[in-house]
Amino acid sequence: MTSMLSIQGLWKSFEGFVATRDVSFELAAGETHAVIGPNGAGKTTFFNLITGHLRPTKGSVAFEGRDLVGLPPQKIVRLGLARSFQRINIYPRLSVFENVQVALIAHEGQQWNLFRPGRSLYREGTAELLDLVGLTREAEETAGELSYGKQKQLELAIALAAKPRLLLLDEPTAGMSPQETAETIASVRDIVKARGLTLLFTEHDMSVVFGIAERISVLHHGEIIASGAPDAVRNDPEVKRVYLGDGSHG
Amino acid sequence: MPQSRYLIASAIVILLLALLPLSGSRYAIDLTTEVLIYALFALSLNVLIGFTGNISFGHAAYFAIGGYGCAILLTTYNWPLAASLPAAVVLAGLVAAVVGYFCVRLTQIYFAMLTLAFAMLVWGVAFKWKEVTGGDDGFTGIKMPELLTSPVAYFYFTLAMVTVGVAALWVICHSAFGLTLVAVRENSVRAGFIGIDTRRMRWAAFTVAGAFGGLAGALFGMYHRGMYIENAFWTESANVLIMVLLGGIYSFIGPIIGAAVLHLLQTFTNQYTPYWPTVLGLILLVIVMVLPDGLIGLVSRVRARWGRA
Ligand SMILES: Nc1ncnc2c1ncn2[C@@H]1O[C@H](COP(=O)(O)OP(=O)(O)O)[C@@H](O)[C@H]1O
Ligand SMILES: [Mg+2]
Repeated sequence: MTSMLSIQGLWKSFEGFVATRDVSFELAAGETHAVIGPNGAGKTTFFNLITGHLRPTKGSVAFEGRDLVGLPPQKIVRLGLARSFQRINIYPRLSVFENVQVALIAHEGQQWNLFRPGRSLYREGTAELLDLVGLTREAEETAGELSYGKQKQLELAIALAAKPRLLLLDEPTAGMSPQETAETIASVRDIVKARGLTLLFTEHDMSVVFGIAERISVLHHGEIIASGAPDAVRNDPEVKRVYLGDGSHG
Repeated sequence: MPQSRYLIASAIVILLLALLPLSGSRYAIDLTTEVLIYALFALSLNVLIGFTGNISFGHAAYFAIGGYGCAILLTTYNWPLAASLPAAVVLAGLVAAVVGYFCVRLTQIYFAMLTLAFAMLVWGVAFKWKEVTGGDDGFTGIKMPELLTSPVAYFYFTLAMVTVGVAALWVICHSAFGLTLVAVRENSVRAGFIGIDTRRMRWAAFTVAGAFGGLAGALFGMYHRGMYIENAFWTESANVLIMVLLGGIYSFIGPIIGAAVLHLLQTFTNQYTPYWPTVLGLILLVIVMVLPDGLIGLVSRVRARWGRA
């Protein structure tokens, strides 16, 4: 398989503190890949570097052969790489419907249309996405007033509205009840399959990780200490020592 | 549908305004002409404040550029009104585009300070460029088309132009562009991650606000038959900002209400006391302390209280 995302020698330091340390990483098209590691291991930073939220100190990131370093988030999204956020990142005072609708408007390049009424555009597409993540009944509610779990679902819908080929989900089930977690994972799995997406995600729930990931990379102090098939990673002595063995998943 | 209700309500308001000259009161006609102009001015600023979340302290600059521009083209260059007015609007929009290009690089208080700095520059130009602007004597003796010299005729002209301006702003604010501006206001980081160039959106909003502010200024200059450097002064920027806040920034019509209430209050206050600035201070206090969403916010709170949606 060809590499969809190819990362070489990636570093990020925050005023001397190294959050990403010499990370090299290949993601094949069509793969479902989990990045795990304890709290503060650098998973979110890794996603921020890929998606243009942060600029790497050193190293390269290529998506389908295109160098991403230095591109702003809006350009990267338009190349087909969308993400959700670990910490809720929505438009809290807009309705649930508008949260997704405006993402479709942006995807279709209609943000420069000064004439057509915004609320009349892409209503069907918006309804479909809300249905996909199970938010049809909440469509007219104010997004900021949804339960935490539902706001996470909205995160997912907004990311999907960009019609990405590569989807990055940062802790998609953090803060969800076990039932919400199960539903979310089932729907993510269905969506990824139906749309032929490549998925890169971080997750603290190991049953989720080992349930859907085809490959797993383990981050520790900003370094990838193991990468491979789930069974290989599970039995890696170093991984057992620093992460899986000690029970402090985060 | 609410949409058609708005249309009907607007049509009634315009009709009532159109009947105003039947009252025969010159005072009422003049006062309403002024209110209409300020309403458009405040509405133009709210594209930037309410819809985009960027507070400008220098909006009088574009009002002044529109006013001086139209006055100079009409008078110095003898252009017809049909050319002077659109040219003044375009000029205000162009200057706003240039100024905005720099301002949108900053956010929040730094953005506000830069808009203020540029507005002071515009004031300085109006003050110093005596041959063209008349300096601190003002630009007087604007040549008006014969047809518009009577107060009633000018009132109807203003009503027509403000209606067109407000309708255009309504369409823009409710367009896909307008909805995207709101997304930028609500969460500019997320807006970037759905593919929006937030800086360019804010730049466009700045330009639109400037162009429509210029239209208001052009109408104002012709109404007074003159433009004065005070019209470009920072206190004018503060005044229109207070109109917007008083009416309410999160609704389309809020600034219209704010402009009407503030201008009428100012006019009446000035008849009785010379202490308008003090009264203005009190109004500002009330906005900040009890009316954070302006008069429109108050209306919806009262309605909610009485069980109506
Ligand atoms: N913007 C930032 N400035 C300074 N330090 C940061 C910043 N972002 C993350 N860090 C630090 O980098 C480390 C990794 O954080 P993060 O990527 O959020 O880890 P994870 O997502 O694996 O929990 C943490 O120690 C965190 O405090
Ligand atoms: Mg994280």
